[in-house]
Amino acid sequence: MSKVKTFGFDTLSLHAGQQPDPATGARATPIYQTASYVFKSPDHAASLFNVERAGHVYSRITNPTTAVLEERIAALEGGIGAIATASGQAACHLAIATLLGTGEHIVASRSLYGGTHNLLEYTLPRFGITTTFVDPRDPDAFAAAITPQTRLLFGETLGNPGLEVLNIPAISEVAHAHGLPLMIDSTFTTPYLCQPFALGADIIFHSATKFLSGHGVIIGGLVVDSGTFDWAGSGKFPTLTEPYAGFHNMNFVEEFGPAAFITRARKEGARDFGACMSPTTAFQVLQGMETLPLRMQRHVANTRAIVEFLGEHDAVEWVSYPEREDHPDHELAKQLLPKGCGAVFSFGIKGGREAGQRFISRVELLSHLANVGDAKSLVIHPASTTHHRMDADALAAAGISEGLIRLSVGLEDPEDLTEDLDRALRASQKG
Amino acid sequence: MELNTPQGPLFAYTGARDHQDQQQAVVFIHGTGMDHTVWVLPSRYFARHGYNVMALDLPAHGRSKGQPAPTINAMAESVIEAMAAANVATAALVGHSMGSLVALSAAARYPDRVRSLALIGSTAPMGVHPDMLKYASDNDHGVIDMLTYWGYSKAAQLGGNENPGMWMAGGTLRLLERAADDIIHIDLDACRAYDQGLAHAGSVQCPTLFILGERDIMTPVRSAQKLIGAVTDAKVCVIDGSGHSLMMERPNDVLDALIGIV
Repeated sequence: MSKVKTFGFDTLSLHAGQQPDPATGARATPIYQTASYVFKSPDHAASLFNVERAGHVYSRITNPTTAVLEERIAALEGGIGAIATASGQAACHLAIATLLGTGEHIVASRSLYGGTHNLLEYTLPRFGITTTFVDPRDPDAFAAAITPQTRLLFGETLGNPGLEVLNIPAISEVAHAHGLPLMIDSTFTTPYLCQPFALGADIIFHSATKFLSGHGVIIGGLVVDSGTFDWAGSGKFPTLTEPYAGFHNMNFVEEFGPAAFITRARKEGARDFGACMSPTTAFQVLQGMETLPLRMQRHVANTRAIVEFLGEHDAVEWVSYPEREDHPDHELAKQLLPKGCGAVFSFGIKGGREAGQRFISRVELLSHLANVGDAKSLVIHPASTTHHRMDADALAAAGISEGLIRLSVGLEDPEDLTEDLDRALRASQKG
Repeated sequence: MELNTPQGPLFAYTGARDHQDQQQAVVFIHGTGMDHTVWVLPSRYFARHGYNVMALDLPAHGRSKGQPAPTINAMAESVIEAMAAANVATAALVGHSMGSLVALSAAARYPDRVRSLALIGSTAPMGVHPDMLKYASDNDHGVIDMLTYWGYSKAAQLGGNENPGMWMAGGTLRLLERAADDIIHIDLDACRAYDQGLAHAGSVQCPTLFILGERDIMTPVRSAQKLIGAVTDAKVCVIDGSGHSLMMERPNDVLDALIGIV
């Protein structure tokens, strides 16, 4: 029997979404740095506004450069379409605001990026959207927290900071059994390491600031639609199944079928919230994505080397990385993340908060800052930075010990990284 | 629009506008395993330009109920019945792939009901790869992969969608995955078994436009020449670089071509 040969991941990382520029023949994706686009006639304008022709009207809604990026991430994730946003936070907000309104509810993993936690815990309740946080390792807890008002289940492929491996197949089963979609923040893994749609997720968002771009020079986000969720069958999403007065009574499910969610997100959310990505930013993300497979392989290889190094170091109490047999999600990681568990992980330094501060002050090659996913290695000591107001008990409640150090391993020579870490670790023990 | 027909309740998308008396009509007919959503852009265009639009879901496709029509001629009957249920006396028929055969059959057998004809990605006879049929008979995803990827030109398999931010192959995969079990096989087998295409083409009395993809490997331009030659009043528009999924690959070129015939 014949099998269809399709383009592979590496090829799509380089080419997906782009044809040589029809106007100039440019091989690279041009930066269409324009706010707007000239109409050929009044009827042409009307046909674009009324969704009769494909094309661009205004770069807050679509742009030829960002469209390449949107197609590329959709291709790599196995989705149907995507929207590029001003940041990962904007991507998260766009997805939620497209689906939920006042009085509705989210069930989320409690192990989330701090910015996302702030959005769900403090900000969205002001707009009538509440969240119940549950143990990411317990699919039954997700089920138990669902109420008649719940409209979304949400988690990260790898939790923060404990690197809990989200059991996406099990939690998507819970979601779908209740007529709900599952949204995943896949920033830490990228589609190279994990493709959540293939595991049952319905919506993905990324901070493109991190591994996707890899160079740490932009802020951006992406929302991707799988096109698989049955919005009509669920009966819980009138924003997609009922006429939308804000777009001449457009009915997104009726008119766009599998593309209902991403189309509403663009026609309403990109238009009205306006958190779009600039064309230059999209170009820069695309430059990074061309080498995503190569970089992720090196990120994982370097991380494995450093995890091993730290695991044997006298100044280290513990190392938390799902590929280690002592990690609670080791078996699940082997199943869901066979190519690696990313390049962000934590370890505990002997000597607590003070030792952590001494360590941080002595690293020279690793950069002390609040980011992850750069090509350069990054390090942070939460107890003396992001969580410095917390005492030991409060830190423990947040899953953070006083000696916890978080690393984002870059692409340097691993020997240079271990040398830098070794010097700082030894210095940390000389208090 | 919901239509009560002898074959059961059928759905037709109207381009987001209600039908009006005295307007000309255009009926869109989708291809194997698909539904009306492949026609959203031209439907909205013609609806705004004063046409009564019916982008039909064939029986057991999309939102339409009932039993699937097992032959091209039976599908054509359902089109004529849907037109009657919508009080549409005559229409321009626009069909893609399998839908083009349905439109051809309807135009030949009901010449007084068809004002003009647009056949997109068409040929007759329409051979179907035996492996495709086998996968379809097994409800194996392999048939969806074949219809999707063989349906796009090699270049379009890398994207570059005119519709910003949408991954064409992903969209086609998801749409075909929504087809109920056995529907794709019934559709493909109907295409394979339809042996009246050339005879029906000889009976067509209305102006006919063939819109073909220069890189179409499923219904190649060269394979359509006999069919084109059999139609008395035929014009041909070959879209450079396009594969078989012309409405997705080149929506604006297809619309421009349709404006000249509808």
